[in-house]
Amino acid sequence: MELSGGEIVIQFLKDEGVEFVFGYPGGSVLHIYDAIYRQEHVQHILVRHEQAATHAADGYARATGKPGVVLVTSGPGATNAVTGIATAFLDSIPMVVITGQVPTPVIGSDAFQEVDAVGITRPCVKHNFLVKNIDDLAITLKKAFYLASTGRPGPVVVDIPKDMTEPKIKIAYEYPKKVEIRSYNPVIKGHPGQNRKAADLIVSAKRPMIYSGGGVVLAEASKELTEFTQKLNYPITNTLMGLGSYPATDKQNLGMLGMHGTYEANMAMHECDVLIAIGARFDDRVTGKLSEFCPTAKIVHIDIDPASISKNVKVDVPIVGDVKIVLKELLKLLVEKKKQIDQEALKKWWLQIADWRAKDCLAYDKTSDLIKPQNVIEMLSEVTKHNAYVTSDVGQHQMWAAQYYKFNKPNRWINSGGLGTMGFGLPAAMGVQLAYPKETVACVTGEGSIQMCIQELSTCLQYHLPIKIINLNNRYLGMVRQWQEFSYEGRYSMSYMEALPDFMKLAEAYGHVGMNIEKPGDIEGALQEAFALKDRLVFMNFVTDQAENVYPMIEAGKAHNDMRMSGVRELA
Amino acid sequence: MRHIISILMENEAGALSRVAGLFSARGYNIESLTVAPTEDVSLSRLTLVTRGSEEIIEQIIKQLNKLVDVVRLIDLSEGAHIEREMMMIKVSAKGKSRDEYKRLTDIFRGKIIDVTPSSYTIELTGTGDKIDAFVSSIEETNIIEVVRTGISGIARGDRSLVL
Ligand SMILES: Cc1cc2nc3c(=O)[nH]c(=O)nc-3n(C[C@H](O)[C@H](O)[C@H](O)COP(=O)(O)OP(=O)(O)OC[C@H]3O[C@@H](n4cnc5c(N)ncnc54)[C@H](O)[C@@H]3O)c2cc1C
Ligand SMILES: Cc1ncc(C[n+]2csc(CCOP(=O)(O)OP(=O)(O)O)c2C)c(N)n1
Ligand SMILES: [Mg+2]
Repeated sequence: MELSGGEIVIQFLKDEGVEFVFGYPGGSVLHIYDAIYRQEHVQHILVRHEQAATHAADGYARATGKPGVVLVTSGPGATNAVTGIATAFLDSIPMVVITGQVPTPVIGSDAFQEVDAVGITRPCVKHNFLVKNIDDLAITLKKAFYLASTGRPGPVVVDIPKDMTEPKIKIAYEYPKKVEIRSYNPVIKGHPGQNRKAADLIVSAKRPMIYSGGGVVLAEASKELTEFTQKLNYPITNTLMGLGSYPATDKQNLGMLGMHGTYEANMAMHECDVLIAIGARFDDRVTGKLSEFCPTAKIVHIDIDPASISKNVKVDVPIVGDVKIVLKELLKLLVEKKKQIDQEALKKWWLQIADWRAKDCLAYDKTSDLIKPQNVIEMLSEVTKHNAYVTSDVGQHQMWAAQYYKFNKPNRWINSGGLGTMGFGLPAAMGVQLAYPKETVACVTGEGSIQMCIQELSTCLQYHLPIKIINLNNRYLGMVRQWQEFSYEGRYSMSYMEALPDFMKLAEAYGHVGMNIEKPGDIEGALQEAFALKDRLVFMNFVTDQAENVYPMIEAGKAHNDMRMSGVRELA
Repeated sequence: MRHIISILMENEAGALSRVAGLFSARGYNIESLTVAPTEDVSLSRLTLVTRGSEEIIEQIIKQLNKLVDVVRLIDLSEGAHIEREMMMIKVSAKGKSRDEYKRLTDIFRGKIIDVTPSSYTIELTGTGDKIDAFVSSIEETNIIEVVRTGISGIARGDRSLVL
């Protein structure tokens, strides 16, 4: 097949099985857009801001496990995409971002809309490429998909100068089915000796704890994790990124750990004698004060990235490999070794955990006249039968969604954990809804975050995306306000959101349904009504208690057994 | 601890900036860095000298290995190795000091490679320590210019960094 560079890009995407490209046109990608126009296989989704293109592709990737694809123009198109690239990078999300570039002869001359996209994105991509020869175009794209989706996944940028896509220059094209990169060979299988050592340590535990993270979701190993945990009858906690990889409603699940984790999960971390870390990276939101992290535990750590192991916390038995494969190996070893588990000790451990649980650390005031955000999320979970895809923005509402929504399946909880990007929620929901048009998709957000990508309401109308937006409107940058309350004696510097728009009217102006909910008694009915509108986007503006804080909380630099618990209080 | 890390990497534009960028982004220090193509034109060999605790060096090596352009690397300091650096130093050499610098150069097995009535340019090869020692044996006011290549190194015996 003889094709121009622009045609090669699109033909390649089709051959690679790409359904959607999220993008925004401009000068240096016009040849590629012309190729898009002349075909029907790859659907282009026109966002309203390039940041949203990256978040939408990211949401698509998190929900499906397939790499999300983005196409933006050079200069401002590329810089607008950077936030979304960094967001995907910190959460290890597979994504391929194609950026247009000025023609090769003028690179370096400060040409119109020229930025060094490869240079700007270098620190926040898994890898990036500048295509300097049209013969390399197809193979470079193949490399990009291969790198993005294997090993520890991540975003890959391919910067394509305009002359590489020139319509008049045609070359022979064949889809490169396979690619090898000599310097890139991720280790997938755990070392047998390490697997055995780990199994021995695991069954020797008297106070075991499983701490699992986003790596389980990425490895699609939720089934193996569940089997592993249940065979052992050990308690488990998930990181923010791991929610859903083990059913939230199961009794062995102690909930999330870390800064806003449950009392029982954090206490069990502090007291355990063997910690089994699975696809989790010992982030500072999770470990708290490092010198007091799991002070009595020996640690097993399974991770595909050697650099995640012993980075923040020195571990005793590292296993480099894919979670799914390693867990299968461990399950085999445990068939025999399981008999060695001290069941008496385990029983005592569970009794101790029951004590911690009895504290009911997620209890909140249910008698208030004001809408409690926790209540909204609990109802949301009920109304959607714990089965919706829930995206979120960043702030208090994100933590409440994580704490009160019962995620029983992986890939359903979609949020920016590592970078904590406000503006992520709505575009991410678009990517999810496009991937699964029949599924229920909710976006939990705050009045601060939603305004960072609110323009995407227009995209939602264009593509008929019936997302349900749950705006927990506390008229504050609540997470900031909470820190100011705790650490700055209530000096609420720039955290009050003045001059808010009328969200209901705003939704209507964009052609959607808007709702205002102000009384606790109306929450459930409103949710029922909104979710019954199967083919409409509904923007639900919940006017919530402004003074509510996220509890429990381990303040920065404190240890797991030093948690601040809720108490009924008024905002000063 | 001082470590000499030797890296085989793809001889491609951008590979060097990935390595340098990694060090600045993660706050690791680089004492010296040298790079040049090898006999295989698709590869360059980069040698860098860094300092850090065992944990930091472990992270540096893991992070370097993660770079897609890095094909293979070795921490030379982990075993017997030879390190060399080349220096050219221009010193002001007048009157009595001309003899003195000639003698010093002989002692260090250097070479005088350029001479003017008032200066010598001396070439010296050796370990970083040896070169430091030479520099510090010349009065500071007489040093006109110093240019050092940075350390390169190779493992002794059977150990080697090849594909
Ligand atoms: C406001 C706010 C508050 C937060 N509070 C909390 C909190 O209270 N608790 C909390 O847990 N987090 C919290 N976070 C999130 C936190 O910042 C981190 O993003 C999160 O803890 C990291 O999760 P993780 O350890 O599961 O790692 P991820 O970032 O999900 O990384 C996955 C790990 O798995 C590995 N991996 C990937 N694929 C595989 C595979 N196939 N096989 C094996 N390993 C693999 C990767 O190498 C990596 O080490 C908060 C974030 C925000 C924005
Ligand atoms: C792009 C960006 N800017 C700033 C922040 C810092 N930040 C974290 S949470 C937060 C407040 C979010 O407010 P809102 O969306 O109303 O959520 P709430 O905490 O009130 O639920 C801010 C400003 C961020 N995470 N992302
Ligand atoms: Mg708010």
